[in-house]
Amino acid sequence: MSKQIDIKDLDIFYGDFRAVDGVQMQIKPRSVTAFIGPSGCGKSTVLRTLNRMHEVIPGASVSGEVLMDGNNIYGAGVDPVNVRREVGMVFQRANPFPTMSIKENVLAGVRLNNRRLSKSEADDLTERALRGANLWNEVKDRLNLPGSGLSGGQQQRLCIARAIAVEPEVLLMDEPCSALDPISTLAIEDLINDLKDKYTVVIVTHNMQQAARVSDKTAFFNIAGTGKPGKLIEFNETSSIFSNPDKEETENYISGRFG
Amino acid sequence: MPTSTQTTESGPTGPSSEPEAGQQMPSSKPDGRAPKAVVRPGDRIFSAATLIAGILILVILAGVALFLLAQSKDTIEAQLTDPSQITGGKGFFSYVWPLVIGTLISAAIALVVATPFALGIALFTTHMAPRKLAPVLGYVIDLLAAIPSVVYGLWGIALAGNLTGFYLWLSQWFGWIPIFAPAADGSVSQTGRTLLTASLVLSIMILPIITSLTREIFLQTPRLQEEAALALGATRWEMIRMAVLPFGKSGIVSATMLGLGRALGETMAVAMILSPGVLTASLVVSGNQTIASEIAQNFPEAAGLRLSELITVGLVLFVITLLVNMGARAIVARTSVKGS
Ligand SMILES: Nc1ncnc2c1ncn2[C@@H]1O[C@H](COP(=O)(O)OP(=O)(O)OP(=O)(O)O)[C@@H](O)[C@H]1O
Ligand SMILES: [Mg+2]
Repeated sequence: MSKQIDIKDLDIFYGDFRAVDGVQMQIKPRSVTAFIGPSGCGKSTVLRTLNRMHEVIPGASVSGEVLMDGNNIYGAGVDPVNVRREVGMVFQRANPFPTMSIKENVLAGVRLNNRRLSKSEADDLTERALRGANLWNEVKDRLNLPGSGLSGGQQQRLCIARAIAVEPEVLLMDEPCSALDPISTLAIEDLINDLKDKYTVVIVTHNMQQAARVSDKTAFFNIAGTGKPGKLIEFNETSSIFSNPDKEETENYISGRFG
Repeated sequence: MPTSTQTTESGPTGPSSEPEAGQQMPSSKPDGRAPKAVVRPGDRIFSAATLIAGILILVILAGVALFLLAQSKDTIEAQLTDPSQITGGKGFFSYVWPLVIGTLISAAIALVVATPFALGIALFTTHMAPRKLAPVLGYVIDLLAAIPSVVYGLWGIALAGNLTGFYLWLSQWFGWIPIFAPAADGSVSQTGRTLLTASLVLSIMILPIITSLTREIFLQTPRLQEEAALALGATRWEMIRMAVLPFGKSGIVSATMLGLGRALGETMAVAMILSPGVLTASLVVSGNQTIASEIAQNFPEAAGLRLSELITVGLVLFVITLLVNMGARAIVARTSVKGS
């Protein structure tokens, strides 16, 4: 239920602009990997190429390979729709479907696969996904109310529930806590800790403590200057990135010194 | 209550008592009243202009309604004293109701035909078409809206001649449905200038309005919603169903209602195409008439009571349009999305 990701020689372009250059990385199944680095260094860009969401942006393209358990998701004949069904994504801002109830939101992805669900299956799945996202107790009495009526943190957990309801192999999160208060953030960090028992989790964060708290491995990206491509500087065990990084650049960044 | 006690405190007792006193705006007066909001001339001019514009619309609308009512006086009197004076000889209501039905039927057909096409085109140009082609299609649609209705009328007359064969076929195979029933001798309109032809031309006339309005709405779908659907593994069509259409629902309703308004009131094209006659259920034989076309065709020779009759008919159309728009508002208010 959880896949290994191998990124090989990945270059990412927006039109002619080379946004990210030569990323090599191996992400183990059932682990949490954090992407850190200054703004504009390409963290979101790399993350979105892991489920081909960058293709939504006109002109975006990649070269290189991304292997999920050995299968290149950029191989000939691979349908991005199928990739995205295996690789779920949670966005920076919670985006539940406003016209759908909480329950419909959770089931939205499952319904897509044209699976017919009996009422009891739907109820079970809703409960399982919401429990998985640590939201069940807060919403179990109002499953049929709109998802947009929840608080920001609850909405974000609803989005996580929606993403895990389809039982993906990999879960990508782009700054999932950046719009949340510390308590909701803590709830989601706890959740990420639980999620890694089942999924391969990749999370982008600007919060170093968060990276240190939740991740097993950390990737530090940096950019030489505006207009230059972002690069993967160091990818290592989180503990060693934060205690004795190999590269001086990494050390400068995590200790708050730049340049 | 609490505010009044506070203000009396903070003023005369001086700055020493409360730290807030020192933070007060310099413009606040010593008597402790809350500072007046600053009025800027630009804001004033703007709000006055909008107020005038708003009032003007109401005045014009009321003026039209009053004019119609005043001119209807003769008809109302005739209706009350001697209904047989009115065209048709059976009073105003038996004169007007076939027109109302004809108007509603033609507008409804136009709407039913145009809406799916309009939504399809709008979705295609916003979410499906290659990025180079989409704006071109948009321009073409907007151009359609600029064609004068006389041209549609001429085109409709040309079209009518070509539809007779189709109408005959319809009456042969679907004649059991009353709207496609042939005349008693098994024939259909020889010229093709039937209510169905008029309705089809109307549908093309309202297509551009509905299309460009819905296109604008679909373009505004929040990117985040679209990405949410795609990231769940939605195909493009599924994304449209999950994110684009629910978001645009109220907009779609108002766009179709604007189209309906145009179809109800369209005069020239219908007057040119339709060869009018008595109300019949069948849409493929000649007959039927709409309000706007009735007025246009009879107005030039009308005088006295006949003129007043036509204006009263216009009043009826005014009321119908008003009701339709109010209905549309109610629907929009009920279906609009709350929250993000
Ligand atoms: N849609 C786009 N079109 C063109 N260029 C883009 C687009 N999105 C991002 N970029 C460029 O790609 C580079 C990397 O951007 P990206 O959003 O991946 O950075 P990031 O590391 O996620 O930054 P942040 O921490 O601010 O989210 C930047 O130079 C950015 O300007
Ligand atoms: Mg980012």
